[in-house]
Amino acid sequence: MHDRRETKSLRLLMGNEAIALGAMRAGLRLAAGYPGTPSTEILETVAKNNHGSIHVEWSINEKAALEVAAGAAYSGARALVTMKQMGLNVAADPLMSLAYVGVKGGLVVVAADDPGPISSQTEQDTRHFAQFAKLPVFDPVSPEEAYLMIADAFAASEKYGLPVLLRPTTRVCHGCASIELLPDLLVPQPEGFVRDPGKWVIFPRLSYRNHLKLEADLPLIGAELSALPYNRIEGNDKAGRGVALSGISYAYAREIPDLDDMRILKIGTPHPFPERLARQFLDGLDEVLVLEELDPVVERALLQLAGQYHLPVKIHGKLSNNTQNAGENSVESIRADLDRFLGRAAPAAALLDDRPALPERPPVLCPGCPHRASFLAVKQAARGKKAVFCGDIGCYTLGNTLPLDMVDTCLCMGAGVTVAQGVERINPHTLSFAFIGDSTFFASGITGVANAVYNQSEMILIVLDNATTAMTGHQPHPGTGRNMMGQNAAPLRIEKILRALGVDFVEQADSLDLPAAVDTVKRAIAASGVRCVIFESPCVMMDKTAGKKYAVSAACTGCDACIKLLGCPALIRKAEAAFIEPALCKGCGLCAGICPQKAILEVQADE
Amino acid sequence: MNKNCLICGVGGQGVVLASRLIAFAAMDTGLFARTAETIGMAQRGGSVASHVRIGAHVYSPLIPKGEADLILALEPGEAVRALPYLKPDGLIVVSSKAMRPVSAAVAGGYTGQKMLDYLKRRIADLIIVDTEAICRQAGSQQTANIALLGAAAASKRLGLSLEQIEQALRDHTRQQFFATNHKALRLGADTILKGEHGYEDA
Repeated sequence: MHDRRETKSLRLLMGNEAIALGAMRAGLRLAAGYPGTPSTEILETVAKNNHGSIHVEWSINEKAALEVAAGAAYSGARALVTMKQMGLNVAADPLMSLAYVGVKGGLVVVAADDPGPISSQTEQDTRHFAQFAKLPVFDPVSPEEAYLMIADAFAASEKYGLPVLLRPTTRVCHGCASIELLPDLLVPQPEGFVRDPGKWVIFPRLSYRNHLKLEADLPLIGAELSALPYNRIEGNDKAGRGVALSGISYAYAREIPDLDDMRILKIGTPHPFPERLARQFLDGLDEVLVLEELDPVVERALLQLAGQYHLPVKIHGKLSNNTQNAGENSVESIRADLDRFLGRAAPAAALLDDRPALPERPPVLCPGCPHRASFLAVKQAARGKKAVFCGDIGCYTLGNTLPLDMVDTCLCMGAGVTVAQGVERINPHTLSFAFIGDSTFFASGITGVANAVYNQSEMILIVLDNATTAMTGHQPHPGTGRNMMGQNAAPLRIEKILRALGVDFVEQADSLDLPAAVDTVKRAIAASGVRCVIFESPCVMMDKTAGKKYAVSAACTGCDACIKLLGCPALIRKAEAAFIEPALCKGCGLCAGICPQKAILEVQADE
Repeated sequence: MNKNCLICGVGGQGVVLASRLIAFAAMDTGLFARTAETIGMAQRGGSVASHVRIGAHVYSPLIPKGEADLILALEPGEAVRALPYLKPDGLIVVSSKAMRPVSAAVAGGYTGQKMLDYLKRRIADLIIVDTEAICRQAGSQQTANIALLGAAAASKRLGLSLEQIEQALRDHTRQQFFATNHKALRLGADTILKGEHGYEDA
């Protein structure tokens, strides 16, 4: 979208854009990450606004991204790493050690949390991860605060010589706000890498020494962070009651008109905890309600303080079962929490009991998606055989929806290929299939294939190669050949990688040619060992040109085979026959191929 | 001026663009704007909603329930789903075109008519826009979102004029689609200006 006419320096920025521009303003030299909702747009914004002074890359996965950034930060440059919360699990190895080794240039790791969860497998809390790794973490309340915070996060990282985490949540990442852009900060040029084996080479003795230092430093850092404007006390204490708010929960609570009748503690840096400020907040209060998303991080810190200093204050929150232990907060949930805390009656909700039953709309594969054809090909080839279908992370997780119903397991990035191996060991007479997309294959599928070949597994790997990272919005990856610096690299060929890994049976097919695709899978079933079928067909969302369209002819008998086999959003039943929504049809022709009456025909696209 | 506007529909209908255009138009008139958008997994044919909040002293990116001045719904069932957000005297601008969910296509049923009937019964301020006809006239199936924006602006309940939305459309969307979008915007506005589809004002 263009934004030519926004007044002066005031711009409508999405939280992720604000984080990117805030980092660039703070002298960013290198940005690396792996796509993951809700974090993806940060790196894309850096790439879009980069004039060449910043190296930007989609790394192969989060671990690689953090290590690349560490190298830059060792050399004195400011580096940014972006990922979704679970990406931090993948990057945990370098992160835990980096806390001991430290950095020279500022290193900020953005791990976007997803309360709800809205598009994630877990509701893990990065603030907890920061405590575990013994690193500072910032928790922004809004896009505009995130814009300012990231500059302070870089400054803190450099000052304390530690990586610093920024933990925005989905509503901060994907919310937009009017933000005033500020002038660039003056940041010195990186010194370059200075050889110092006593600093950059981790050994047990160094780890011990640095661990001691880290433990000694954290309370001091917490005291300094107390003074940042993101941590503050507001409101009036009228009745000995207070409310502590972390991250976006502060924004929700601010919608409550009489919030200022309580003492308010706003926390922007949950770890190391701003203890001095928190003690000042607790002083004289009888009861405190803690409102935060996901884990009771602030609640535990306040409980600890109350215990440590024998403060006569009762802390209400998740641990006392006063607030919800999972899911995201909202103005409504916080209003209800406060009403209970203050012992006042909840306002009556508007009655909508007479509403007709709402249509359920689980996310589904797009019309024309080649994954639908791939799942159908495997389903038809394996018909009548006992089989387990191990899925993975990407659009193709949606192969679980009816009528396809082709995903039996889904765990984490790259797990399908390895879970399939374990399933086969215990169920030897069952065909063990794994599905993996191209980007996931590069991120964490290759090691799983090596494991299968080395340990002589019996399995069939179906690679769904749509030439992009589709679910997160079409990011390039090593198989596409394009990188974030706009360069063309030689595309890594999945087929060659599989052969190099020792897979003998590797066949490619176009799943939209259904009969040929079914035959290919049947050959794979008949073979033994690790077999791979690569279905190559580009993501239908990347081809925006109006192509072919199909329509249902008078020959349709209304048998509904197309609707019931494919679950394509473009196919609906109208009166006595099937109907294809012209606005939705992408012309893949899969329905035409499976129609028993051959009643679906290609027509001229009208736009 | 404080305005809360919720735009809802099904993934792929252009909900995000509609919400951004309202926010851009508000900012161009010097107002503070905040939005919350649905991006990611839920986009794939799922229910999506964008919240736009205009004016000072707006903190939550999501509109609190019962505080939306208007709801722009690209699908009748999605309008009914969003009802808890509507103010008691709020306005709904809804497309008459139903999007059948895949589950319903597989199982049969759902046309959206029940939803429209319910809205007509329960909502005093309701504008039903025949987006199918407008898209046909505008020459693109993808302009229902812009048509609703036109109707919303013409209703004067958005707090932004048709001209301001038009300017945002000119400034913030691709030039090559402007003529088509502009036509859809005007046709959507005509729904009210010419009373073509019966603005059922209380």
